[in-house]
Amino acid sequence: MAANGNGTAAITARRVDLAVVAELIPPGSKVLDVGCGNGDLLVLLEAKGGVVGRGLEISQKGVNECVARGLSVIQGDADRDLVHYPDDAFDTVILSQTLQATYRPRAVLEELLRIGRRVVVSFPNFGYWRVRASLGLRGRMPMTPQLPSRWYDTPNIHFFTIRDFVELCAEIGATVEQAVAFNSKGERLGLRGPGALWNFFGAQAVFLIRR
Amino acid sequence: MATQTAPARPGDNSRIEVARARREADEPTSPVVRFGPDQPFELDSGGRLDHLQVAYQTYGTLNAARSNAVVICHALTGDQHVANIHPVTGKPGWWLRMVGPGKPIDTDRYFVICANVLGGCMGTTGPASTNPANGEPWATDLPVVTIRDMVRAQVRVLDHLGIEMALAVIGGSMGGMQVLQWAASYPDRVFSAIPIACGARHSSQNIAFHEVGRQAVMADPDWRNGRYLAEGTSPRKGLAVARMAAHITYMSDKALHAKFGRRLQDREKPTFGFDADFQIESYLRHQGVTFVERFDANSYLYVTRAMDYFDLAADYGGVLANAWRNSATRFCVVSFTSDWLFPTEESRTIVQSLAASNAPVSFVEIETTGGHDAFLLDEPELYGTISGFLGAAARARGAAT
Repeated sequence: MAANGNGTAAITARRVDLAVVAELIPPGSKVLDVGCGNGDLLVLLEAKGGVVGRGLEISQKGVNECVARGLSVIQGDADRDLVHYPDDAFDTVILSQTLQATYRPRAVLEELLRIGRRVVVSFPNFGYWRVRASLGLRGRMPMTPQLPSRWYDTPNIHFFTIRDFVELCAEIGATVEQAVAFNSKGERLGLRGPGALWNFFGAQAVFLIRR
Repeated sequence: MATQTAPARPGDNSRIEVARARREADEPTSPVVRFGPDQPFELDSGGRLDHLQVAYQTYGTLNAARSNAVVICHALTGDQHVANIHPVTGKPGWWLRMVGPGKPIDTDRYFVICANVLGGCMGTTGPASTNPANGEPWATDLPVVTIRDMVRAQVRVLDHLGIEMALAVIGGSMGGMQVLQWAASYPDRVFSAIPIACGARHSSQNIAFHEVGRQAVMADPDWRNGRYLAEGTSPRKGLAVARMAAHITYMSDKALHAKFGRRLQDREKPTFGFDADFQIESYLRHQGVTFVERFDANSYLYVTRAMDYFDLAADYGGVLANAWRNSATRFCVVSFTSDWLFPTEESRTIVQSLAASNAPVSFVEIETTGGHDAFLLDEPELYGTISGFLGAAARARGAAT
């Protein structure tokens, strides 16, 4: 049951990206986790001490789990409900593995930067070599541990690469403060980034950006 | 002829119940707290009650720190008999699914309080209560009451019980309106708030439905300008019609169709008359008839009016978020997908205002065909949400029993 446990150790074991995201959040900050799922990250942050966490989650199941864990989570949709948050409401806004599933990723990112001073975005990299190989060599839509669904089942509707993301940040005037890329085992890439190497060897990435 | 001691016929039964209901208005079986002219009760309407009584029920035990109290606010036609046999109807409490040992509002852990609302008819001052000034029922001489007045009366019960802050205030429908008012007026006395299937204001459509009900009551010749108790009549027909109309709004079209469809009541073919041919007609008539035995017609007027006047944002400069300024109360807002009386959008408005004022808020929209009344029905997601939220609130407050 350890992998399904609610303890912080069980959470970091099952979601490496969350542990990295948690490292980027200073204690005492006010955080909104958009697409917070079952609340794992918020639990990690609150356990870390002093973090005031809020969540937004689309699925009823996820929200119910969060509420039962004592988290403050609203059932809602990143595409629709971010507009209701006031400017500068949070120190950091987190969007974990969600941007590629939104209808208007650019608008969502802009909203996040309006609500929070800092924004942490984690996402699967569509430029990852296995993805490229699947599409380029086999001619099939890719399935990887980070992109586990068949093309007709996937919630992901806007695929992008690390390079695409860096370009979007520049377009909307956001500054990249920190970035981390992982291989498919969830290990940090030692390579320098975020350049072509990350874009090729990174299965997923976490970016800390600001206005 | 049936004898008086054997109430075999429905008519006899209802007479006995009406007599019981009359008694409950002044001398309830519930505990009651009374206030005299030394503590006048000022009303939003500008009126004042020199005599006020509030009847309430409690379940469970208040812990030594007085930190485990859960206040339940009942809906329009509910009362304080949440989890015990009703003294008038003899039926089980209205929220047994939610309240009791091992239930989401666990009476082994929490001290549960529910007071009859101001304007009600089960022992709290209302139009069926005796006006001490003249020894007659208040009837329509009672000043009109508001949701905020109802909450003020409940605050007096908490004061009486020596409870500074409730661990949670919870309620559905009009109960949810009271929860919102509690949190807005007394943020220091509400650790957590659970408004269910409600809105921060009564919509035009809702006011319209209520007006139909009130007109049905007042059009009954036995209403006697509200003086039916003094004159020994009862606007039973009008009140029953009001209840029938209202009851439709508590259910979803889908659930109604699933439950009754177009099925006929105890007959093979339509009678081509105006008898209750359809099961739904028979069901509604039954709802109407049983309601009038336990509920006072004037109470129905007062309490529906209180809901109509409810517009929380209006009290805060038109900005609902201002109602939660500096509030540390934890909120859990719940709505139901098939509730068309208080649609989810009403709850979202509340949630957005809470988010805008940075209040800790959770929001769950529960998928169900149960309609507005889903908070009374078998909805596992609802019970999971409430027990989880309440347990977390109790942990946060350190309110163990």
